[in-house]
Amino acid sequence: MGDMKVYFDHNATTPLHPEVKKEMIAAMEMFGNPSSMHAYGREARANVEASRKSVAEFIGATDEEIIFVGSGSEANNTVLSLFVCATNQCVGGCGMRSTIITTRIEHPCVLETAECLAHRGANVKYLDVDRYGKIDLDQLHGMLGDDVGLVSVMMANNEIGTLQDIEAITKMVHASGAYMHTDAVQAVGKVPVDVRQLGVDFLTISGHKIYGPKGVGALFVKKGVSYCPLIRGGHQERGRRAGTENTLGILGLGRAVEMRTLEMPEEHARMLRLKKALQEGIEAQIDDISINGHPTDSLAGTLNVSFEGVEGEAVLLYLDLEGIAVSTGSACASGSLDPSHVLMATGVDAERAHGSIRFSMGRESTMQEVDYLLDVLPRTIKRIRNMSTAYVKGGVHAASR
Amino acid sequence: MLQAGEWAYSETLKEHFMNPKNILQGENTDDFDGVGMEGNLQCGDQMMVVIKVDREKDVITDCQWKTYGCASAIASTSVLSEMVKGRTLDAAFNISPKEVAIELGGLPDNKIHCSVLGDKALRAAINDYYTRNGMTDRVKKEQVKVICQCMNVTDHDIEDAVLEGARTYLELQEHTKLGTVCGQCKDEAEVLLGKYKHIHFGV
Repeated sequence: MGDMKVYFDHNATTPLHPEVKKEMIAAMEMFGNPSSMHAYGREARANVEASRKSVAEFIGATDEEIIFVGSGSEANNTVLSLFVCATNQCVGGCGMRSTIITTRIEHPCVLETAECLAHRGANVKYLDVDRYGKIDLDQLHGMLGDDVGLVSVMMANNEIGTLQDIEAITKMVHASGAYMHTDAVQAVGKVPVDVRQLGVDFLTISGHKIYGPKGVGALFVKKGVSYCPLIRGGHQERGRRAGTENTLGILGLGRAVEMRTLEMPEEHARMLRLKKALQEGIEAQIDDISINGHPTDSLAGTLNVSFEGVEGEAVLLYLDLEGIAVSTGSACASGSLDPSHVLMATGVDAERAHGSIRFSMGRESTMQEVDYLLDVLPRTIKRIRNMSTAYVKGGVHAASR
Repeated sequence: MLQAGEWAYSETLKEHFMNPKNILQGENTDDFDGVGMEGNLQCGDQMMVVIKVDREKDVITDCQWKTYGCASAIASTSVLSEMVKGRTLDAAFNISPKEVAIELGGLPDNKIHCSVLGDKALRAAINDYYTRNGMTDRVKKEQVKVICQCMNVTDHDIEDAVLEGARTYLELQEHTKLGTVCGQCKDEAEVLLGKYKHIHFGV
């Protein structure tokens, strides 16, 4: 085949938006410390604050509610860690409310932090999800009580794209007196996010998922909500996140959300068209597949498909050889021995999880790319199935012993 | 700035992945003298090896395969199928995962367990040949010894755990649950841990 390159892994990371790149290159000479009072410092400070304003406006927050952090993972670690504090000084009443509720399909930075906090004495409860990846509001209702300090539910899932009804969840959580956090790293910039409408107390944003730079994120903390920094020892970010600001990164993040504001409305319908074409093409040309995730309440550019009888890493690497980048929920690709915890939580069996491929499209994705993928993918799957034991006559164990 | 293109795998492995040798076409294994299958789809790896044998010379003349698995699983079965052709049954039976890995130009640590199934499937195929041809005396069962009686953990389980990344007794316990009840097997398990670390990783 030709030199066609197809990047369908936007949920992993995105290329810099050309406008972001331009802005960052122009700002390369800016080196001042925003904490300094002289001209160099003031220039850096002005740019950091302009970005803060852009991010705040983008999600309907006020400037002082935005804390710049090093990543979405840092923001999530920060929020969860607030709720395990033996002194009870930082977050009022959290000594009494030491239970954290989250879901089984969160990003590892939430799940592993929750696990660590459980070791430190927190009581952690996990919400199940249905076959589409939606949490059960009745189960949440049953878990809520005066022992619960925080509920953390991701807005959009990175692997299957399923969206949760954060607004409804937040109302329930607040009615029980707990705080609400949502990891909106995959949602922000893809679906409209307004913190006032959602009502959340904490919300996580990452720069590199929305065509901004890596190594920068933002945490929204609602005004009046008690807070304690994860990284201490500096007055930066109003004492809420120590460490000299990543000025270039913050500048890039600010420009990235501005570009999202301009491009998002048009993009959504286009993404849906591409996804529909991709899904229908796969369904028409390849047997024994299943679609993972919610049929409608899902990110427009994310499609997760399980191909029976093939292992995901092999699919990923054969596609890579033809210039196509995707990701997989197979164990082999992750370096662990377990396949995707998200798919397993939706009740997908291990074999289908090993054979799952995530296609995540983005702002530059085109119908030509979908067509190229639909040309390469069927023969790739056919080729792998031809060498797979899964189709051996008489069932998989007929030949053994 | 470094350019893309460097795989996590060796060039030899990449070549065997791109152009796998000796894939069994179709499902029919009737023409073969021995069939062996190991692993299962739920774990993400399954390999089937089929062999033809020259009875006079006791030599494997053809070896084909099917594999459900990742790139290193596909490549390791492919390279194994090349290695065994022309070997005597005894020599083929003794091929170790390490030899397969060396032939492939090395494997990342977390991928070594993917190359363990091919040689197991080959041994199963050789034993199948012996059984079919009334040479049951030559069938070699792999010796399995239960080390941890409480949790029923064998020496093979320990070897698998080492291949999957366990390097310390604690990690071995995390992988196998060995020694988590009465703890009497600790000394024996540590000796085996050391042995398999040495065999597979030279440490």
